[in-house]
Amino acid sequence: MSDTVTMEVLRYRPEEETEPTYESFEVPVQPEWMILDGLNHIKDQLDGSLSYRWACRMGVCGSCGMLVNGRPVLTCATYMESLLPGPIRVEPLRGFPVIRDLVGDITDFMGKLAAVKPYIVREEEKPVEEGEYLQTPEELAEYKQYSMCINCMLCYSACPIYRIEPDFIGPAAIALAQRYNLDSRDEGAQERMDVLSQHAGIWGCTLVGECSEVCPKDVDPAGAIQRYKVSATVDFFKSVLMPWRKE
Amino acid sequence: MNPDYRPYHPKWFRRRVPIFWWLRQAAYVKFISRELTCLLVAYVAILLLVFVAAVDRGEASYLALVGWLSQPMVVAFHVAVLLGTLFHTVTWLNLAPMALVVKVGGRRVPARAILLGHYFAWVACTIAVAWALVGP
Ligand code: SF4
Ligand code: FES
Repeated sequence: MSDTVTMEVLRYRPEEETEPTYESFEVPVQPEWMILDGLNHIKDQLDGSLSYRWACRMGVCGSCGMLVNGRPVLTCATYMESLLPGPIRVEPLRGFPVIRDLVGDITDFMGKLAAVKPYIVREEEKPVEEGEYLQTPEELAEYKQYSMCINCMLCYSACPIYRIEPDFIGPAAIALAQRYNLDSRDEGAQERMDVLSQHAGIWGCTLVGECSEVCPKDVDPAGAIQRYKVSATVDFFKSVLMPWRKE
Repeated sequence: MNPDYRPYHPKWFRRRVPIFWWLRQAAYVKFISRELTCLLVAYVAILLLVFVAAVDRGEASYLALVGWLSQPMVVAFHVAVLLGTLFHTVTWLNLAPMALVVKVGGRRVPARAILLGHYFAWVACTIAVAWALVGP
């Protein structure tokens, strides 16, 4: 095994250059090192100006997503050793404008997330004295998978539709909408449907399926979108066949 | 000025999507092939209608159609069409369990069972159409 590996990191310094360029660094390979450890080594020892995001380094904050050898991954959960002998190419996530080096702008995603109301919507809150909204383990199991999302945006980066049609609301936002729709305490499915039944909503998806492949939390956003399509279609036919039926 | 700069945030860099983006990854190639082969499915449906119409118009037009279909080039083309539609059908059916969540007695039917159901329905339809065309 070689003692060092070349990391080719995409640099973009807007005050100096108009185009991103690759910069190579020789990084020691240590057992148990993740890609993120390699980047931290560069920042600590070789070039302190390298910019990238990370926080938890244990796969829960969702901020360290980058393209490694062309694939969207959590850099804190990808072993360097698994990519030897290298070179290892690190780029910012696809689909987001690059602010600097490996840092992308995520304003668009944050807006889309808010649009699907990712919180419990009640027509009427029950008074506090009546206690909590209880739920059985079966009711929890209904949506648990979708609640595992850490908003890392790897699925957006894997989605060609999002890159071609930036209006597409995207995998994680739809999976999160489903997470609340399937929650027995929630009553906001109709409000979310108004947002998601549009062309830029669920129908923008042509089922490439890569979002589910890259998701580090097995949320299966592609499955969530297809399930949503099925229920939207059923709703549509119900409203045509039984117009008197409200909801 | 660099055309990839985003208006109002002139210093943000937007990477352009290359036209052949789908050639960069095997999964994307498979996706595009699945989508494009749907045209072949439409073609086969039209061919079936033409076939029925020819039968309806009488023996002469039926024989003319069969004659055209038996030319070596036409046969070769239809073998390719068959492979394309098979690819489409298999890749499409394999996606079914993702969309369908069926519950029986409070438990989710496993993906494998949903898949088998679809394949079974496919075989049954194929036999029914073949029976209608060839006769019992
Ligand atoms: S669905 Fe998966 S890939 Fe997408 S943001 Fe959530 S955790 Fe990340
Ligand atoms: S640093 Fe938090 S998920 Fe990687």
